[in-house]
Amino acid sequence: MSTGSIQARAEGWLGNNDVRLLVALALAIGGLYALFSVVLGFQLNGTVNTLRRVAFLSAIYAMLALALNLQWGYAGLFNLGAAGFMAIGVYTMGILAAPVTASPPGFGLPLPVAIVAAILVTGVVGGLAALPAIRLRADYLAIVTVAFSEIVRLTLRAPEFANTRIAGVAFGTGGATGLSLPSNPIRILFYTDPAATAPAPNALGAAMFSAVEPLGIEQTLVIGWAYVVVLCLCLGLLYWLMIRIGKSPFGRVLKSIREDQQVTQALGKDTRLFKIKTFALGCALMGLIAILWRLSGGYASPRMFKPIQTFYIFIALFIGGTGSPTGSIVGGALFASLLFEGPSFVRRVVAEYLQLSNAPDTLVGALAELGTLDVTPLLAYSVQDVSISALRLMLLGTVLVYLMQRHPDGLLGHRKAIASSVDLAQQATREDDNE
Amino acid sequence: MAARDYYSRGQNLLYNRPVLVIFAVIGVFLVFDILRQLGTGTIVVTDLMSYLWNGLVLGMSLGLAGVGLSMTYSILNFANFAHGDLITSGAFAGWATAFLIAGLGEFSVEALVLIGGPIAVGSNELGINVVNTPLALLAGLLVAAALTAVLSLLLDRIVFKPMRSADGVTLMIASVGVALFLRNFLTFSFLTDSRGLTGGNVPQFTIADVTFGGHQITLVVVAALLMLGTHILLQYTKIGMAMRAMAANKDLAKVTGIPTERVVKLTWIIGGGLTGCAGFLIALQQGTLTVTMGWDLLLLVFAAVILGGVGSIYGAMVGGVILGIASRLALVWIPASFLLVAAFVIMIVMLLVRPSGLFSGRTTA
Amino acid sequence: MSKNAHSARSDQTQKGQQEQILKVENLRKTFGGITAVADVSFHVEKGSITGLIGPNGAGKSTTFDLITGVQRPDGGEVEFNDTEITGYRSDQVANQGLVRTFQIARELSEMTVLENLLLAPQNQAGEAVWRAVLPRARTKVVEQEKELREQAWEMLELFEIEHVAHESAGNLSGGQRKLLEMARVLMTDPEMVLLDEPLAGVNPTLEEKLIDRLHTLKERGYTFLFVEHDMDVIMNNCDTVIVMHQGSVLTEGQPEAVKNNDRVLDAYLGEEVKI
Ligand SMILES: Nc1ncnc2c1ncn2[C@@H]1O[C@H](COP(=O)(O)OP(=O)(O)O)[C@@H](O)[C@H]1O
Ligand SMILES: [Mg+2]
Repeated sequence: MSTGSIQARAEGWLGNNDVRLLVALALAIGGLYALFSVVLGFQLNGTVNTLRRVAFLSAIYAMLALALNLQWGYAGLFNLGAAGFMAIGVYTMGILAAPVTASPPGFGLPLPVAIVAAILVTGVVGGLAALPAIRLRADYLAIVTVAFSEIVRLTLRAPEFANTRIAGVAFGTGGATGLSLPSNPIRILFYTDPAATAPAPNALGAAMFSAVEPLGIEQTLVIGWAYVVVLCLCLGLLYWLMIRIGKSPFGRVLKSIREDQQVTQALGKDTRLFKIKTFALGCALMGLIAILWRLSGGYASPRMFKPIQTFYIFIALFIGGTGSPTGSIVGGALFASLLFEGPSFVRRVVAEYLQLSNAPDTLVGALAELGTLDVTPLLAYSVQDVSISALRLMLLGTVLVYLMQRHPDGLLGHRKAIASSVDLAQQATREDDNE
Repeated sequence: MAARDYYSRGQNLLYNRPVLVIFAVIGVFLVFDILRQLGTGTIVVTDLMSYLWNGLVLGMSLGLAGVGLSMTYSILNFANFAHGDLITSGAFAGWATAFLIAGLGEFSVEALVLIGGPIAVGSNELGINVVNTPLALLAGLLVAAALTAVLSLLLDRIVFKPMRSADGVTLMIASVGVALFLRNFLTFSFLTDSRGLTGGNVPQFTIADVTFGGHQITLVVVAALLMLGTHILLQYTKIGMAMRAMAANKDLAKVTGIPTERVVKLTWIIGGGLTGCAGFLIALQQGTLTVTMGWDLLLLVFAAVILGGVGSIYGAMVGGVILGIASRLALVWIPASFLLVAAFVIMIVMLLVRPSGLFSGRTTA
Repeated sequence: MSKNAHSARSDQTQKGQQEQILKVENLRKTFGGITAVADVSFHVEKGSITGLIGPNGAGKSTTFDLITGVQRPDGGEVEFNDTEITGYRSDQVANQGLVRTFQIARELSEMTVLENLLLAPQNQAGEAVWRAVLPRARTKVVEQEKELREQAWEMLELFEIEHVAHESAGNLSGGQRKLLEMARVLMTDPEMVLLDEPLAGVNPTLEEKLIDRLHTLKERGYTFLFVEHDMDVIMNNCDTVIVMHQGSVLTEGQPEAVKNNDRVLDAYLGEEVKI
């Protein structure tokens, strides 16, 4: 492919309204966080780290929303078990990649092999789960899938499989304590021997680290940002993939299944097969994304895969708009930056501005002070760890109810893009009619 | 002649419902396995009896908690994921009342209303149990019912009423939002600690080495009475008839002049009341209370309702008891960490084999 | 069966005459206590326009459902092109070249008219997800999409609805929906089409147009079985007429013979004829 055509393509992309919207959104969110950090006089390292965290979670939730959108937005398959499939992906990868000498022992496979195998396993399990489940009504499908994800989580948590031996092969899930995962693979870029305890930086690493050191930015942060860049590339790829699928004849069949399955079938489409494939593909993607998510932390535990995790993704999806890949990314980014990370940032702002005295022990105590028109005790009570996270989830619940009441197809509305690989208006022998 | 008749009927069943037959065979096999294990002494009769009793207690909890869910499911046509947190809300309301009545004067109102939690209230010193403080418990039960009914009405007014014409999935997702809100409102107000409720000498009876706890018995008896009462209410009154009509066909009910909004309100009141009672009694039986109690039970309650058949009150009860006993009996074969797994598997299989449930078609009766 | 019912319009179909494309034997279906289809048997000749008439509730739509696999029959047999297709899923039936329209037009309202048409063709390369995505394989998909686009425009022209090509199907008028539905099943490239009251709710001008298309398509070799209440339409356009009443076939034959059959009249008098 010539450079000219690549350039033309890039221009085409940037001229694309949706891409411009996404870039603008990223800049706006980043700017908002940066602005607050600067105004509040946070350390540069801390600010850059906050931005990294927000960007990381935005990319992850955008990708998860894209995968869920394939199932729900495109095909109308209500999968309330996303967390379970994520867990299957992460744990399969973790168990396959863990060294045979580790505790619990694994299979010692190279990381790329383990990741590919994990994606396949998640896809196959998704397909098998879909086999009977797709006959069910949407609400029963929701209950079945959420129960399935709980079965997965409880099984991973069970002490019986924490460190076990089946047919002579020793392996384990680590039970309730969780499972160590391979270290962040992006470190290869910066270190000569990333596995060592105090690894020496390679040429790129040395250059990067010394460049940012005067700014007070730590090595781990450089690595973290490099990982975010890789994630954003993955996100771009997935976005492109989803748009392609949406515009393909495959996507067209999904669109019509969502609207009227009986008609689709009467036109000769084996709707069951389409649904199973879509479900499997979506689950495989969820497995992969979850791997990307957990690899940066190097650790997985069953607690991370509770149903609330699935609800997070649905909230992201519904914020953006079901059926639209652009909407999924917008939703993922807004969810992660404003709803998920926002409250704890606000809390830091509050703590910075108001010199809060010790928080009252109970809500009753906090409310009692309201009588004297002093709101600080209530604020102090509200920004404690437990209360702020509760408030955050109350906010999420409210947002979900609001969306369902006012915008059940999401803020960006339902899918409008035409499902065709070619421009339907164009036609060799015909001029456009634009009456 | 008769033998041939049975034979051909059996052949028909095998042909038409192969999955059902397979599960029946597995069921029979498991029963025989229990008998065999009893014979070989791998399990003893006492164990089996206590599995059955504990299963019955769990089953009645699920059944009572399921009636409200079943009613809203059949009349409003959506799976209410906030139901678990209604159970918890009822429990908190009821127990705050019971603590207040039992401990007023001895402890600060703040501590009592918050049911201990961050401020320690020795539940042993309060000594709440059916023998010591029956009135406090009765008051708690009534408040739990009343407050949950009011809360249900409030939620309906704010959340569900504006979306009457929405489809089941939209309503279900909204109910997930309600669940998140309710549970975390409780966390925000009461903080997360698990709190002890009962104290003193909780009476218990031991018959042939099987222990029947006083609060277990209370739960089973009260739950049975409540369900019987609800059944009578729905079977022999106009309200019940209207509800059945609406569950069967909403549009038709509307056309024939049934005041659908009134029926919906009554559904929330009756369902909410029973749900509050369930929360209070389950907490009583467990002796402890956490903000995730109802949410943790929710899938099991769904399982009971679906097993019995959505909309059927007997179904919820029978489904709950079957599920309770089956999941406890499963301890004969599987370790305790897979108890919930077993229950969920039963539910999934039921949904796949017979999605209409055991008592299908008998809406709210 | 005599041949003079076949008008001069189709001289090619005169030859392979006696070939039966669809054979229905003893079809049966009950819903709870209601017997919708009691015992239906009939044959349809290849290349014909066959009318299926009968009062409301006679079981015509249910018979269509049973033939096309939308519902499973309780008993009986369906044979299409000498292949037994009883109990096939509706997609399998469609893949055999037998498609149907629904009595109440079921357009995919959130899709445009063109999308509706492009959905229909069978075995599209791009229906395999990997071909839809991988760059090299996708060239074939794009090629095919272009071909289908041509076909779709032709179909729109045939039914004279090009002006609404980019309109959401949900915005069409009732008559346009009927046209779209028919255009859509034709896009599957069938051999035989079952039309369930294609003229109901269609204005007279459009009705004439539709009937005209029917004959055009018949000349191209399609076979039609269609439900219609208007006796005049049936008499003037059908080669054979099948009359259903209370779930059974009352009689079948040439339009003239059926028209003068007293039992048919009785059946209709017993039930108001609505369109
Ligand atoms: N799904 C169904 N459930 C119950 N009864 C049905 C169903 N479908 C059709 N029927 C009944 O079967 C009979 C035949 O209906 P139908 O095939 O629609 O007749 P037609 O198309 O000739 O007007 C009617 O009495 C109708 O009420
Ligand atoms: Mg009809």
